[in-house]
Amino acid sequence: MQNLRRKVYMTAGYNTVSLGTGRSEFNPRKPRPGLEHYIREAGQGTLKQIGGAAHVDEGTIGNFMAPRFNRQGHLAGLIPMIDEGLQWKPCTRTEGACASGALALTAAIRSILSETSDVVLTIGVEVQNSMKAVYGADVLAGAGWYQKRKNGHAYFFPGQFSDRAGAYYQKYGMERARKGMGRWFRNAVENARLCPTAQEYENKVPDLEALYHKMKINGAVFVDHLNVLDCSKVSDAASGIAIMSEEGLKRCGIDPRDAVEVISWAQVERNLTSDPPDLTELTTIKKAAHRALEGAGITINDLATIEIHDCFSIAAVLTMEALGFAVPGEGADFIAAGHTARDGRIPVNTTGGLIGWGHPTGGTGVHQAVTIWEQLTGKAGAAQINIPADKPYGMTINMGGDDVTVVAIVYKRGC
Amino acid sequence: MNYEERLSNVSVLGAAGKMGSGILLLTAVEMADLSLKPENRGKQFVLNAIDVSPAGLEGLMRYLRVQVRKLAEKKTVFLRKLYADREDLVENGEIIDEYVFDVMNIVRPVTTLESAFDSQLIFEAVIENQELKIRMFSRIAQNNPHQPWFFTNTSSIPIHLLEEGAGIEGRIIGFHFYNPPAVQRLVELITTGRTGAELVDFAHHYAKNLKKVVVPSNDVAGFIGNGHFMRDSLHAIREVERLSKEMKPVEALYVVNKVSQDFLVRPMGIFQLIDYVGVDVVQFIMKVMNPHIPGEELHSDLLDRMIGLGVKGGQYPDGSQKDGFLKYEKGKIVAVYDTDKKDYIPVDTFRSKVDQYLGPLPESFKPWKTVNFSRDGKDQMLEAYFGDLNGMDTPGAILARRYNARSNEIGKKLVEDRVARSAEDVNTVMLTGFYHAYGPINEYLK
Repeated sequence: MQNLRRKVYMTAGYNTVSLGTGRSEFNPRKPRPGLEHYIREAGQGTLKQIGGAAHVDEGTIGNFMAPRFNRQGHLAGLIPMIDEGLQWKPCTRTEGACASGALALTAAIRSILSETSDVVLTIGVEVQNSMKAVYGADVLAGAGWYQKRKNGHAYFFPGQFSDRAGAYYQKYGMERARKGMGRWFRNAVENARLCPTAQEYENKVPDLEALYHKMKINGAVFVDHLNVLDCSKVSDAASGIAIMSEEGLKRCGIDPRDAVEVISWAQVERNLTSDPPDLTELTTIKKAAHRALEGAGITINDLATIEIHDCFSIAAVLTMEALGFAVPGEGADFIAAGHTARDGRIPVNTTGGLIGWGHPTGGTGVHQAVTIWEQLTGKAGAAQINIPADKPYGMTINMGGDDVTVVAIVYKRGC
Repeated sequence: MNYEERLSNVSVLGAAGKMGSGILLLTAVEMADLSLKPENRGKQFVLNAIDVSPAGLEGLMRYLRVQVRKLAEKKTVFLRKLYADREDLVENGEIIDEYVFDVMNIVRPVTTLESAFDSQLIFEAVIENQELKIRMFSRIAQNNPHQPWFFTNTSSIPIHLLEEGAGIEGRIIGFHFYNPPAVQRLVELITTGRTGAELVDFAHHYAKNLKKVVVPSNDVAGFIGNGHFMRDSLHAIREVERLSKEMKPVEALYVVNKVSQDFLVRPMGIFQLIDYVGVDVVQFIMKVMNPHIPGEELHSDLLDRMIGLGVKGGQYPDGSQKDGFLKYEKGKIVAVYDTDKKDYIPVDTFRSKVDQYLGPLPESFKPWKTVNFSRDGKDQMLEAYFGDLNGMDTPGAILARRYNARSNEIGKKLVEDRVARSAEDVNTVMLTGFYHAYGPINEYLK
């Protein structure tokens, strides 16, 4: 167990709607809110809960590819736009592909720990529906090594995880794997139906697993081992959260019970230019998660809920194995048995995760933290799960690229 | 001459028209895909887009650029393989841009017929005018040393008349696309007694590459599609005339349109379909067909009256419906044309009365969209619905049965007259070319 030199809390989470296909207000032919709208809404949503911008010392913002999706760089400069009270305060933008959001969290955590700030406003944002998926795939491919783009798949990242799925099917059996992945899709949508901001909130399909298994895999138009229901959504969304020291909580008048304490965190990087050591293992996630658990002095049995990075259903299967909930080859069986459902042994992605709630790439890490904060403090509304007294911990795992940048954070309700 | 060589120099006549532009798009893409095969690198492929209208050609090039991009976006997985050896093209966006350029680069927009003198293949999609078609074919035949093949898109003129008139025996085939060609999967293939086997094989190969469903039709004016549509329209008009004895003509027209759409579970009512195609086009096709169909009068005074009053229907360039028999607002029918008053009468003024007259639809009714796109259970849905309709004696149900019986009779006669080779072919044309949920030759209604 490793003690942080200072207590770090997160509170005042806020999510915008995750806009994209699935939401009835989404119309690709009509103009939609831009980057500024999402940053402002999420930022103000958090500021309102902490007594305003005057309490804030610093801002961090996680974003992956606004320079290409929205032709806008320099996102730190959009933080003072949220509120006049943020003008002239230090702000930083972080980028680590789809882990950009979690890097904004760790940048804030570091600032609290180094005692340069007591209250940090952290935003995660991505607005991706600005282009069609076929061009968006080019942008997202930036999370891989550019030298591999030419020989990569048209849908580069679905292609990467399709290769992982293919290797998994070959090693452990396709039917068995697809059964678990189909159940994963069902859990994601069922959880999203309980969260009004989720992209799949309005999904009314009665038999989700039947829909999943009916949809054929077609490599001629998509990838060889996944269908579109295996994939996370293309989303426009932002999330905001405040990261504070004990002094910060006092300054904002926030009861620690309305906050979660960051017990431990780990950030791990893998060489982007090398291939994953094993296609059927998420090695970086394994390292990060175990370091974080070790740092917290707990095991997976102490976790009440986790938010994992299910950019593709196969990533969920591999993450459950990497965490140790199932031995290699049995992650899909574990999911198929219902153990990750909201009433299962370990409720995972309780508001839908990346497949059900949505995946605003650079914003996802912050959204995961907001969900854990909601669940551990009893603010999750219809999506609320039971947090057993003997399992008071939550965890988030945010992944950038193909298991390249990973941040794992362990949380517990403040007291 | 192999398939690639035949497609190395092609001309489309009437390229800027609705049908011509679609044919040009599909052919340009097919030719570009051939030109990009490694074995064809360095070979030249030329597609002449010939039209009398410079403004039309300008619009055509814009249309092409947009449509080729859309197609490219859908087949990016394939295109990445096609350009695998081009190291300068890395992202999907770069590959799509290059492909759009490569397709456009094949097309030569021109206003002179002379460009067709070098072509091995001629697609014709000009207006339905026998003399004009013959004149163009003759000129090309006389000046083109390559013995080109002629693909005509005529929907009504017997092919053998064009063949004889232009002196191109054995070198012409009817290749009738449906509107819009880039979307509709049906092609009616019409041979004359003399059409060469090699030409027929090529036509099938080309259709297959374009992913079209080919239905062979014999060379009888109107072929299968218009053979059914024109007679179906005339039945509808006669029903309107008959019903006009007991109600106002606008009400009768509304009745027949509603019966042919809702009661018969079709994608649109018959008068909306006539409007969509164009009242003038329907009148014109009947006029072309009529002399070749002995013992039948393919003619309607009502259509003549409409044209006389300048009410023509058709579509705006964006594909939306122009007013014809019916008036449309945001795609919905809001009024019916009264030829006596020379004005549209709002549907709201008589809808409830007429709907009451027709009687309700059976409870098992589901709209065409639901039935047609149901992944499974379409047959059961139709059987249940028509079963219920058979048991009803409301004027709506009776009119529907009469209408279906006539459609059935028309379909069977097309087989009897040997226009179609089988009942299945007739049904395929109506299913794929007209998007009907079921064919006219059916056992649903008694």
